[in-house]
Amino acid sequence: MSAIAHDDHHDHGHHHKETFITKYIFSQDHKMISKQYLISGLFMGIIGIAMSLLFRLQLAWPEQSFGIFSSLLGKWAPDGVMDPNVYLALVTIHGTIMVFFVLTAGLSGTFSNLLIPLQIGARDMASGLLNMISFWLFFVSCVIMLASLFVEAGPAAAGWTIYPPLSALPQAQPGSGLGMTLWLVSMAIFIASSLLGSLNYIVTVINLRTKGMSMTRLPLTIWAFFVTAIIGVVSFPVLLSAALMLIMDRSFGTSFFLSDIFIQGEVLHYQGGSPVLFEHLFWFLGHPEVYIVLLPALGITSEVLATNARKPIFGYRAMVASILAIAFLSTIVWGHHMFISGMNPFLGSVFTFTTLLIAIPSAVKAFNYITTLWKGNLQFNPGMLFSIGLVSTFISGGLTGIILGDSTLDINVHDTYFVVAHFHLVMGISALYGLFAGVYHWFPKMFGRMMNKNLGYVHFWVTAVCAYGVFFPMHFVGMAGLPRRYYTNTAFPYFDDLANVNIVITIFALIAGAAQLVFLYNFIHSMFYGKKAEMNPWRSNTLEWTAPVEHFHGNWEGEIPHVHRWAYDYSKPGHDQDFVPQNVPLKKGEEELNH
Amino acid sequence: MTALLTITILVLIAIAIWQMTKIFQLTQVARENSQVATYKDNDLQGKLMYVFLIFIYLITIYSFWAWGDVLLPESASEHGVEYDRLMWISFALIFFVQTVTQALLHYFSYKYRGLEDTKALFYADNDRLEFIWTIIPVIVLAGLILYGLYTWTNIMNIEEDDDSLVVELYAQQFNWKARYAGQDNVLGDANVRFLQDYDGKNLVGIDSSDPNGQDDIVVQELHLPVGRQVIFKMRSQDVLHSAYMPHFRAQMNCVPGMITEFAFVPTKTTQEMRMLPEVAAKVQRINKIRHQNSQELIANGEEPLEAYQFDFLLLCNKICGASHYNMQMKIIVESEEDFNKWLAQQATFAEVIQ
Repeated sequence: MSAIAHDDHHDHGHHHKETFITKYIFSQDHKMISKQYLISGLFMGIIGIAMSLLFRLQLAWPEQSFGIFSSLLGKWAPDGVMDPNVYLALVTIHGTIMVFFVLTAGLSGTFSNLLIPLQIGARDMASGLLNMISFWLFFVSCVIMLASLFVEAGPAAAGWTIYPPLSALPQAQPGSGLGMTLWLVSMAIFIASSLLGSLNYIVTVINLRTKGMSMTRLPLTIWAFFVTAIIGVVSFPVLLSAALMLIMDRSFGTSFFLSDIFIQGEVLHYQGGSPVLFEHLFWFLGHPEVYIVLLPALGITSEVLATNARKPIFGYRAMVASILAIAFLSTIVWGHHMFISGMNPFLGSVFTFTTLLIAIPSAVKAFNYITTLWKGNLQFNPGMLFSIGLVSTFISGGLTGIILGDSTLDINVHDTYFVVAHFHLVMGISALYGLFAGVYHWFPKMFGRMMNKNLGYVHFWVTAVCAYGVFFPMHFVGMAGLPRRYYTNTAFPYFDDLANVNIVITIFALIAGAAQLVFLYNFIHSMFYGKKAEMNPWRSNTLEWTAPVEHFHGNWEGEIPHVHRWAYDYSKPGHDQDFVPQNVPLKKGEEELNH
Repeated sequence: MTALLTITILVLIAIAIWQMTKIFQLTQVARENSQVATYKDNDLQGKLMYVFLIFIYLITIYSFWAWGDVLLPESASEHGVEYDRLMWISFALIFFVQTVTQALLHYFSYKYRGLEDTKALFYADNDRLEFIWTIIPVIVLAGLILYGLYTWTNIMNIEEDDDSLVVELYAQQFNWKARYAGQDNVLGDANVRFLQDYDGKNLVGIDSSDPNGQDDIVVQELHLPVGRQVIFKMRSQDVLHSAYMPHFRAQMNCVPGMITEFAFVPTKTTQEMRMLPEVAAKVQRINKIRHQNSQELIANGEEPLEAYQFDFLLLCNKICGASHYNMQMKIIVESEEDFNKWLAQQATFAEVIQ
């Protein structure tokens, strides 16, 4: 396998015959797998975003008839009016798709695969076969999740957190029948895929670094992907066990999460289980998941920001330390989703403490990003715009976490739109910006062509304005006390004065949705007709830009470059150019920054 | 009609976006287009960053101006005052940090945009700076944590005394019931197994063999006496629900198989709330909206909307199925005498199952 070929510097990659199937479908080349992840992720993203637009229409103009509902939802929208069960299903699947399929697999899968071997100087992942299996498991889980949309009674509709008993009892809602079974099966496969991927990333980073690439010279992208993979390996199995236990409660009559239930005129046999146990298991993954989504985006931002600021990333050691601190803390804060779940209030105190602690490394990251811009020579490529946008939404969204992480304040804003606004800004929009930044920045590496920058600028500015237009007013809706996952707020006259806010939010959401079409057009068009890329278009330091534009299995013709310096020697005094790639040896008397 | 309008709007937006692309294109001289940002691009995008900062400030100010009056409903419980104080302190802090950091981020983006003669400073580290911006959040957060935990303990440490009123909140798809403990102030044992006893008259599954349950009173409307601690014991018979009472800054999940607790002291009666100028203004505003909406309904030959008057809310705030959005109960806070009068009129469990 090519992985073993790491030590064989004269391996010229696999030049033996590749058929269409081994090259484009069952490929073991990390670059192809990364493209497969990206395209599947974007496809899922289109569906996830389209769903959000549908339910935003319902929220702005409740129970009104829309032609688009009857054409897309068919009998689930009698006379073009969305059914409440379908509303819940859309919200559920939107959440599931965006969190897992787009921002976990689409983001981390794409860039971990593309960048880990290329930036550490390896010919491929440690195991190309596992990597391929990981993608195809992901693909199968996508197919099952999409298939669940066509089930007679509708897909899962218990919210993306699928709390039992709602998710466990088909009597409780139509979506908890076959739709939920498919959801659970799809997620179980997804987790298997994610674990295989993560193990591969960890092993590759630890074992396959090229000569000179010490851990302290790793680009921050790799640090982020590496730590993300570790968090995934630690926390995803817990969700898998929760999913399996839920499957058993649903199908085999066990009582892990269920007790004392009377539904539809019938006392059920379940005894002694607790839904709170499920909440613990779910959030033991669920919270680290936020960082599984966010850390790769922050890693990408560190790289794109430094390259385009033509300046070293400020405080490399602090950045690594904060990634590690966030990773550690992320596994002991899950209880802040459960302050009012009925768990012991003392636990609430502990989780408040750990939760607010995590604000410290996050603040350090934000300040370091800002300082990186200070006295830079900023090159506003589209990737740079999205990176700055990420820092902005990360701050705006992160700050309201101070309110939600405080058990006292959570009492009144828990599960309201305030929460929705908070997490969409801090992990939804921020991670999407990270994804976009990554796509614009590494498109030349992936497809050998450049994306159109003007379309990129339009995409960014319309998205940036609309993201705040959607989520800033949403905080007000939440503070007013409107719960999330409400089909409409017209059942409470008390909320009538929020109707106009909802309309504003929806209009911004529709425009934001339209702006993503610009991106899609740019993406597909540039893939075929974009300007041919140079080897190192952004004048970047990292190793992937020393590999030829044309892809072949093995990444470098001839020897893998050796590394002599860290990745952030931008504008270093004493050099002619404002960048010094990692493979350039130190000049005589030149000191390496020991960061 | 709406479909046509939507399509028209979407087309117009598409055209607008297309035109914006043209503007960006026109700002670039026609020379070879490498798709890498030029000085001209940097100049324009950097300036746009500055404009974006102004946009963030404007949308903040506009939102407060237009919707500031919906923020945090009037509080009507003893700990509500404490809660609100902590909320506003946190809010003030957040706004300060948000204003400063967004300003720095976007101003730097503008100030240091790459022009023809700009150079970056090779500046990779400063331990003292990093120490400062680690220690400042540590101190500020420590303060917030201590204050928050102090308040949290106050709210969640429920001390039952002779004077407290014990009320069970009972949740089911998709309505609420309340059970008062009656003369003995002790709730009778209950379980879903008993729900089918007495032809469904046993609404919350009281164990009829428990003498404590005989004088319990089950109602569909929650009445609370003002100025007395109410201890809620929460149950659910089917799925998770959450009892959310925003005016009392109160929320707790109702979990099948266990009893959860929350307590507060209501400080204002429903009547007193209706007299508050802020509440009156809100009601007036809502009624204006309802009046407008009614005009449309009348024009379509439908019933107009009823006028709204203020009442405390109990909402379900944990997704529970199709009618989750309409799972509510009216709460009436009244004087001790009115409350006792009302309670005396309600049938006890013993009377109901006779």
